[in-house]
Amino acid sequence: MSYNWKKMRERTAFLALADGTIFHGWSFGAPLDTVGEAVFNTGMTGYQEILTDPSYAGQFVTLTTPEIGNYGTNPADDESRGIFLNGLLIHELNAPSNYRSQLALDELLQQRGIPALAGIDTRKLTLHLREHGCQKAFLHASDEPLSEAQAVEKARAWCGLDGQDYASKVTTDQAFSWNESGDFHIVVLDFGVKYNILRNLAAENLRVTVLPAHSGRDEILARKPDGVFLSNGPADPSALPWAIENIRGLIGKVPIMGICLGCQLLGLAAGAECGRLKFGHHGCNHPVRNLATGKVEITSQNHNFALQPGSLPDSLEVTHVNLTDNTIEGIRHRREPAFALQYHPEAAPGPHDAAYLFREFRKLLEA
Amino acid sequence: MPRRNDIRKIMLIGSGPIVIGQGCEFDYSGVQACKVLKQEGFEIVLANSNPATIMTDPEFADRTYIEPLTAEILHEIIRRERPDALLPTLGGQTALNLAMELHERGILARYGVELIGATAEAIGRAEDRRLFKQAMRSINLDMPRSGSAHSMAEALAIAETIGSWPLIIRPGFTLGGTGGGIAHDAEEFRSIVTRGLAASRNSEVLIEESLLGWKEFEMEVMCDHAGNSMIVCSIENLDPMGVHTGDSITVAPIQTLSDREYQEMRDDTLKVMRAIGVQTGGSNVQWAVDPDTGRRIIIEMNPRVSRSSALASKATGFPIAKIAALLAVGYTLDEITNDITRATPSCFEPALDYVVTKVPRFTFEKFPAADSTLGTQMKSVGEAMAIGRNFKQSFQKALRSLETGRAGFGADGRDSASEALSDEELAAEVSRPNPERIFQLRIAIKRGWSEDRLYELTKIDRYFLRHLTELTAFEDEIADGGIFSDPALFFQAKEFGFSDRQIAYLTKTTVAEVRQRRRAAGIHPVFASVDTCAGEFAAITPYYYSTYAETDEPVRDRGGKKSLMILGGGPNRIGQGIEFDYCCVHAAAALRRAGYEVVMVNSNPETVSTDYDSSDKLYFEPLTFEDVMAIYEREQCDGIIVQFGGQTPLNLARELEEAGARIIGTSVADIDAAEDRDTFRNLVEKIGIRQPQSGIAHSVEDAVRIADEIGYPVLVRPSFVLGGRGMVIVYKEQYLRKFVAAAAEAAEGKPILIDRFLEDAVELDVDCVSDGSHTVIGAILEHVEPAGIHSGDSASVIPPMSLSEEMQEKIREYARAFARELHVKGLMNMQLAVQHGELYIIEVNPRASRTVPFVSKTIGVPLAGIAARCMAGETLQELNFVKEVRVPYTSVKEAVFPFVKFPGVDIMLTPEMKSTGEVMGIDHDRGLAYLKSQLAAGSALPSSGNVMLSFRDEDKAAGLELGRKLDRLGFQLYATLGTSTMLWNGGIKSRAVFRISRGRPNLLDLMAEGKIDWIINTAEPGAEAMADEVRMRSVATARGIPVTTTVAGAAAAIEGLTDQREFGRFEVCSLQEYHHRIASHRW
Repeated sequence: MSYNWKKMRERTAFLALADGTIFHGWSFGAPLDTVGEAVFNTGMTGYQEILTDPSYAGQFVTLTTPEIGNYGTNPADDESRGIFLNGLLIHELNAPSNYRSQLALDELLQQRGIPALAGIDTRKLTLHLREHGCQKAFLHASDEPLSEAQAVEKARAWCGLDGQDYASKVTTDQAFSWNESGDFHIVVLDFGVKYNILRNLAAENLRVTVLPAHSGRDEILARKPDGVFLSNGPADPSALPWAIENIRGLIGKVPIMGICLGCQLLGLAAGAECGRLKFGHHGCNHPVRNLATGKVEITSQNHNFALQPGSLPDSLEVTHVNLTDNTIEGIRHRREPAFALQYHPEAAPGPHDAAYLFREFRKLLEA
Repeated sequence: MPRRNDIRKIMLIGSGPIVIGQGCEFDYSGVQACKVLKQEGFEIVLANSNPATIMTDPEFADRTYIEPLTAEILHEIIRRERPDALLPTLGGQTALNLAMELHERGILARYGVELIGATAEAIGRAEDRRLFKQAMRSINLDMPRSGSAHSMAEALAIAETIGSWPLIIRPGFTLGGTGGGIAHDAEEFRSIVTRGLAASRNSEVLIEESLLGWKEFEMEVMCDHAGNSMIVCSIENLDPMGVHTGDSITVAPIQTLSDREYQEMRDDTLKVMRAIGVQTGGSNVQWAVDPDTGRRIIIEMNPRVSRSSALASKATGFPIAKIAALLAVGYTLDEITNDITRATPSCFEPALDYVVTKVPRFTFEKFPAADSTLGTQMKSVGEAMAIGRNFKQSFQKALRSLETGRAGFGADGRDSASEALSDEELAAEVSRPNPERIFQLRIAIKRGWSEDRLYELTKIDRYFLRHLTELTAFEDEIADGGIFSDPALFFQAKEFGFSDRQIAYLTKTTVAEVRQRRRAAGIHPVFASVDTCAGEFAAITPYYYSTYAETDEPVRDRGGKKSLMILGGGPNRIGQGIEFDYCCVHAAAALRRAGYEVVMVNSNPETVSTDYDSSDKLYFEPLTFEDVMAIYEREQCDGIIVQFGGQTPLNLARELEEAGARIIGTSVADIDAAEDRDTFRNLVEKIGIRQPQSGIAHSVEDAVRIADEIGYPVLVRPSFVLGGRGMVIVYKEQYLRKFVAAAAEAAEGKPILIDRFLEDAVELDVDCVSDGSHTVIGAILEHVEPAGIHSGDSASVIPPMSLSEEMQEKIREYARAFARELHVKGLMNMQLAVQHGELYIIEVNPRASRTVPFVSKTIGVPLAGIAARCMAGETLQELNFVKEVRVPYTSVKEAVFPFVKFPGVDIMLTPEMKSTGEVMGIDHDRGLAYLKSQLAAGSALPSSGNVMLSFRDEDKAAGLELGRKLDRLGFQLYATLGTSTMLWNGGIKSRAVFRISRGRPNLLDLMAEGKIDWIINTAEPGAEAMADEVRMRSVATARGIPVTTTVAGAAAAIEGLTDQREFGRFEVCSLQEYHHRIASHRW
């Protein structure tokens, strides 16, 4: 094997943050230029799940774990039909070594047209985002000549994710059935649903139908669901007033479970307020306390927005709290059968500690 | 749930002496536990026989018992102290086994002592192979096909059922896999099973299907009694299954598992904890994964803090032992704050944004007869850990941290032996796990062997093989020389972990040149913190590693304090171990108390010094000039302390000083003067003490000439080494030629020293401390074994047994004179010998010695801390240490050896140090103190039964006296023909036994029948020992029969047995009480 180190370094690329900070590295995946919001994820496994999680739509994800690509990629680990994030930022790229691998990470990204930047000081970027918050950014990975200043300009010029409806961009255009049979029928509103949510619901022996995000209340109820699931999804819940309105009409009509964006939407529908976290929660190691049992779960997290602690109406109660910053991680309606989690009980990537919550949903359906 | 208030007094058991499989990691865990439990207001009773540990310092516990770790002695301590609870999970396998024994004997129940941290049931389930299997089957875990046997017949039946070779044999209830092995055929199988049955505490061996070549992983897990649990760290072994994890190169976190595989392993790990019934604390679970199918099998779990827990703590910044102790007394994980961030709870899983590599340190050079093939029985004596931003960097840093002369992954001119191998030989070596294999792989890569071929030969995961291949390929980029004109390439070389030394070797220039060019190109290391959270939260605790990247963690303000750097001792090895870490930690504590900021640098994950609590700033870095100087410059230290970390920092001292660093304490020039034969001889003449005649040889011919001049026997040794490496006593020229050649290799080009050997002399050690103008003696230690046995291997006694007051006074005067002449500021050790009433100086070392902790424990004075403050400028007067302490009791230090791990190796003691650890026996009665030291060292001398005697001619007179005493004590005597005749002539009856090669029944038969309880055997030291005797001693060691190899040792033991007869049983007493008696004793 020969290694052309020089050539590798010649595929130069850089990331420009809106505040003018530049990160130089080399490009892999698709050689494209694009904008995105730079965030970081501290999980040590699961780059493929992160790539295929629609909640990352519009974002550049920095992986703080340095050695990436080691176990390749394979279709079984996909979390959706595609890759919706705008770019991947890593320290070191490796060829795959795992019996399950079918495609190297580099090849996967090339096939799907996703640009990526390797060889950067990911810790520097992470500390920067921690100090200054998530940032609009521009990734220059094409051969087109572009100065750093121009790239910064492009980052600044981009509208960003605030107030943006990304759920409409990633939702399915057609209703589809995930699991044909089951004791109860669940309709999943797809704001960017992860397959592992669907797998977990199916594992509880639930019949699962996925509907596009814009499906109306009547359309949903016409399917005669025993329960409605509000999925995770990208960007800003405040940009989805139609969804909030829709959900308001479902509360009390049918048992509801929500995850992540679905949690924020349920909260907003019940009258709570939502705000932005400084640099969000993205990782696999956050401790969350279940207030009912007192037990702590190690959770998978991926959100920049969260329900504001003081804003909850009397109808909602907090069920789960993040122990690192006391943010709301779970809510429940006091009178109606509806609950939601801000974190990801479906994991993928991350620990399975909270998988019991899908069983809780089933119990709600049985009640 | 908060702290339990129903318990007040907690007993902790340490792990005893350092042995292979139990290093100083348990001092680290014990110290953390003692500290935090004391802070929580508990009364702590500590039992540990190892005086070199930091945990046995009197301030870490309320009552510290330096007593033998046996159930009987612990019973005495419990009877005396009446603790409410016993915490057995922080002292390794030793503590766990003892706790089980106390439980089984009903002692805990009788005194109402509650086991906390782990219940007896849980320990039993984890440790008993059958119960463990049952528990694992109940949660549907895949297990290797296997069976457990209590006899050879059972073992053979199991082998037949499994039906395939190789088979793995593991004895139950042992540490480090003692007595285990891999059998490839029926013959090997029989021999390993025999050994295993003998080594197992419950005469049980596990026989199982081979998972050789599978990937091996480990998860460090914590749980609390509220049911919260989490993984602190995941570890992947570079060496696949078949090599003991302690002997494997390991990497954290796991690199080659996808999230799905990782999380399934995590789920099962937590299930294992529940199935075993671990309620609180840290445990580890080991897994094997078939690389082709992903089939995953549980290997084992330890319901206690382990060597990997220490590694995991250092790798993640998460203090496992400290948290485990808090969990044991009632806290839950979410109630404990994360020390590093101080803003988040301890209930989380650390995220790493770097790669950690651990590499084992071996000492096969000490045991040339031992098999260097690595298997399921651990053979390494220490380890180095390194942190890097990526695998390549971390791996290269770890290899250069080993201090075996390597500058990284090869490329340092040290591979000529491997390069000389033919392709066939190389393939054989690469497929045989051995300490050199990692470097041999590089040679194979250089020969163009494909990844597939290397994988077939080693089964090392391709992920690692590719990194090794890329590193090897990158050497060409460096060697082309273009690196100096291409800063980006230069930076990449550093990012890949290449040291300046490797780059100098590859570009055929000097290290100084590389360093100068690197700095000119603006390429400097930066420092990142180990923050447990991959940068998500701000870290409070300053714990750093170096890397090559863009961002540098700002230097923490030291608030106007002066900053002193302490260099640690690096990986443990024979000759340099925990004793030096003890000194470093003491120095750090003393200097911090005196208002200095202390910067600690070390690469050994087992140690207390690499606990972020031990210093103000911790740098986990290789102890090389390049790495240390970078830290010194970054921190702008006001001085470096080199005299506490053993030989490691001393070897760096001159280079550091030349680069502008300020070495404090005794000057580098004076340290060298003591080491340099000529200057030292002048000094000796000036002071007017005798010195054995000596000479310096640069060649074999030189050596022969010098030996002829001074007369045989001579002591031959290389200069500038610790632990007597390559040192031998030679009686004849033909052996001299052979040994000089060997010694020349050990000395790495430095000259060979030849001294007249003082036969039958008494050896002495003196430890003292000086402030530059005044010197106070710590203690004079008299060795039990005669001169010719390395001081580290010899038992030694305080106060001296046979020296007159007058002689002692003379010794003190000499010590003061040497300290004055060498301008000693800090510690000094002096070795002397007394032959026929005449005093000789052997050597003087103006630095911390191995005996400093033993002396400090005995006299109740923290010598290392005092020395550190002297170095920083205070006087002994100011420090209130002006007078030598006299003790009204005896303390005996005994060495502990690793022979049981190296079957077939002779256990005879020589000038080359072979011990891995030490124990201390302390008592008002000298004989009992000695007996306690023997008991603590694991050779429980029988108080009655059969003794085998065999004396060399020179010892026969003394031997007769010993035989007489043994006879009087009621022992049945067996003896070799010569010795038996000698005894007969002296009027003592004994049964004559054939030499092994001369007929039967011989000693081997008697041992096999269990008829021999003790062997006293003196033989000529060195290679001349008879093969028979070697075999006898080695069989005895394997069977656990105590062997005494010197007349002096036997005499001391008999004195002890006589006293024991008189006193009835051992009395125990805490160190605090002993020290109190120093003050109150009226002389």
